[in-house]
Amino acid sequence: MVSGLHNTGLDWPSIEALLNVLLLENSTTAKVVISTTVLGLASGLVGCFLLLRKRSLMGDALSHACLPGIGLAFIVMTQFMGLEGKNLSGLLLGATITGIIGVVLVMMIRNTSRIKDDAAMGIVLSVFFGLGTVVLTLVQQSPGYSAAGLESFIYGKTASITQQDADMIQAVAAVVFLCSVLLFKEFKLLCFDEGFSRSQGWPVNGLDVILLALVTLVTVVGLQAVGLILIIAFLITPAAAARFWTNDLTVMVILSAIIGSISGWLGATLSALLPRLPAGAVIVLVAAMIFMFSMFFGSARGVVRRWLSMYKLKRKIGRQHLLRAVFEIQEALCLEQSKDPANVAVPFKTLLNHRSWTPKRVRQLLRQADHEDHIDLIDGDNVRLSESGFGEAARITRNHRLWEIFLITHADIAASHVDRDADSVEHVLSPDMVRELEEKLDMLGIPESPHYIAQAARGGPA
Amino acid sequence: MNWIVDDTWIVIIGALTAIACALPGCFLVLRGMSMMGDAISHAVLPGLAIAFLVTGTRASFTMFIGAAVVGVLTAVFTQWITNLGKVDRGASMGIVFTTLFALGLLLIVQAADYVDLDPGCVLYGNIEWTTFDVSFEFNWGSTLVFVPRAAIILGSVALLNLCITVFFFKELKISAFDPELATTQGINAQLMHYLLMTQVAITTVAAFEVVGSIIVIAMLVTPAATAHLLTDRLHWMLVISAIIGASAAGIGHVLAIVVPPLIGFESTTTSGMMAVTTGLLFIVAWLFAPNYGWLSRILSRKDVENPFSGPLPTD
Repeated sequence: MVSGLHNTGLDWPSIEALLNVLLLENSTTAKVVISTTVLGLASGLVGCFLLLRKRSLMGDALSHACLPGIGLAFIVMTQFMGLEGKNLSGLLLGATITGIIGVVLVMMIRNTSRIKDDAAMGIVLSVFFGLGTVVLTLVQQSPGYSAAGLESFIYGKTASITQQDADMIQAVAAVVFLCSVLLFKEFKLLCFDEGFSRSQGWPVNGLDVILLALVTLVTVVGLQAVGLILIIAFLITPAAAARFWTNDLTVMVILSAIIGSISGWLGATLSALLPRLPAGAVIVLVAAMIFMFSMFFGSARGVVRRWLSMYKLKRKIGRQHLLRAVFEIQEALCLEQSKDPANVAVPFKTLLNHRSWTPKRVRQLLRQADHEDHIDLIDGDNVRLSESGFGEAARITRNHRLWEIFLITHADIAASHVDRDADSVEHVLSPDMVRELEEKLDMLGIPESPHYIAQAARGGPA
Repeated sequence: MNWIVDDTWIVIIGALTAIACALPGCFLVLRGMSMMGDAISHAVLPGLAIAFLVTGTRASFTMFIGAAVVGVLTAVFTQWITNLGKVDRGASMGIVFTTLFALGLLLIVQAADYVDLDPGCVLYGNIEWTTFDVSFEFNWGSTLVFVPRAAIILGSVALLNLCITVFFFKELKISAFDPELATTQGINAQLMHYLLMTQVAITTVAAFEVVGSIIVIAMLVTPAATAHLLTDRLHWMLVISAIIGASAAGIGHVLAIVVPPLIGFESTTTSGMMAVTTGLLFIVAWLFAPNYGWLSRILSRKDVENPFSGPLPTD
């Protein structure tokens, strides 16, 4: 499968060769580049729906299920219709028919038995592929079969796409594009809530068949033009990469189509420029690199983004726990002297015993609070909040208690359990929520804690 | 039908493959990872290529090691993308195996000037040829018995899988059904996952090098799914799937000899026919299985329907 496209014997292309490829002046190269770009676009589109329906490997099952159709079509055409066996449209029709039978079987197995999607796909894939090899060995014994085999269907031959292939890919891409636009709402519903769409009276099975028929079309033309592995990757990778950048289906579909076509274009161009780079493999690798980049740096669900927001939340929770602990201790200290709560210094030991945290953690939190200007003074034994720290501590404690009281009065949760439950919500209370709580509970100051707060001095941590 | 010793050996080898595949296959089906066999059989290409480029020989042992390592890596990368990127497992599996395959293809083509390594030839061993490769012979009574290398390899893999499944039955079972529970019971569910994946990788690689990838993929999934329709007990599922796989191997070879002459051809491939036979057996179970078959479902639905089948009440 050495690429036949590179027109220089050198390892690096000359400027003319570069321009030649980039401007699509060579008609063979142009055909390959345009076809893979368009195919990437079409499979990026349908791939999104497959991914969201957790059926990404359908392309895999389908592309294997096409094999018997190719052999059977050959037999039917040569034995019964007296046609020439290598008639492309006939072979493709055969592939499409068994492909659709395979897809329908997957759906039937899933819907009528306890076998899950993945096993159903595995069964259809292996059994149809086995049937395909059986039929192909029979075909090889039949008269009229010539050596240049039907097997090229399985592996594809990206470097030598014909005009007919290119036309077919464009036609299929147009159909896929049109259907995705027209049936966008229906597919969206199908992907996100199958049960709901059924209850709304949508023909769910019919829509499923249409979607999978589109996948079949893309797979069949792609299989023939660019090969099995590339078409499987095209249906999965761009969609999975696009998912990291957005939570909006429209954006995701557009992005996935763009990523698919960029990988197709870049891969085919590289393969045309440099020697010994098979186009199919390069396209798959380009798409995989885009996927890796998106996985880490994607703006909606990327790993870095998620780690960052997790880190921020952790910091925020730590800060709020520390400040509330200090405030609660201050309250207790002032109560002993029958004063109103004030910003008095808190002994480090008391703070350490207030929650179940390690000395290291407390020191880390104190350092963080100091950095955020919430702490006025730290010496060996005592900690005192700054002006802004005290205000913040009062606000946090108040939010916590408002929510606790709300839980007790409106959600019937026992006072002894309320501290834990409030903890999971208080860190994400919005100002609007707080205002609503104030109105509902008719409280403006800092209410007293509705439950007993154990103090280290009086018998151990809470 | 002209049955010779070779045919017996082919059936035996097919049955050994079926048993070796059925044991890890059941766990794959239960864990919802049935496509793993197919993924690994594509993904091992770079392992084969690298082993070949490093050692410069087509010795099957180094190739086997290379392929098995990449096979396990496929599982590791899939798990990694699934956990880290929160991607659907099927999708991450697809991304991993297509990428690895492309990488392998690239390596082979880049080295094409120096080496002769045909991916088609590497990927498809052929069960019909296994009997030519004899590893040793012995006298059994008055007859000389030639034992094919394939029978030895697949017999050892089947034995290995049997040992692992028996020794770790409890651990494999609990971590397949409830990984969290397994963890609370002090079983390392992650380790069990990778043990299973290693088992699948070794089985897939050993078997497809010897008998071809079609048989392996079919035997991993289809008999296990068939057995899943027939029983609710895991140990029965394992036994039944091994029996179904082995019978499919036997029936498949007979069909491969018998069917083509009936429709005017000479012969066809045994491995393809074995895969088709597993499919036929699955269809039988799908329609007629006692509790989970289509027919019994329809019948039991009738029972439930009857009490409610009168006219709807009107206001």
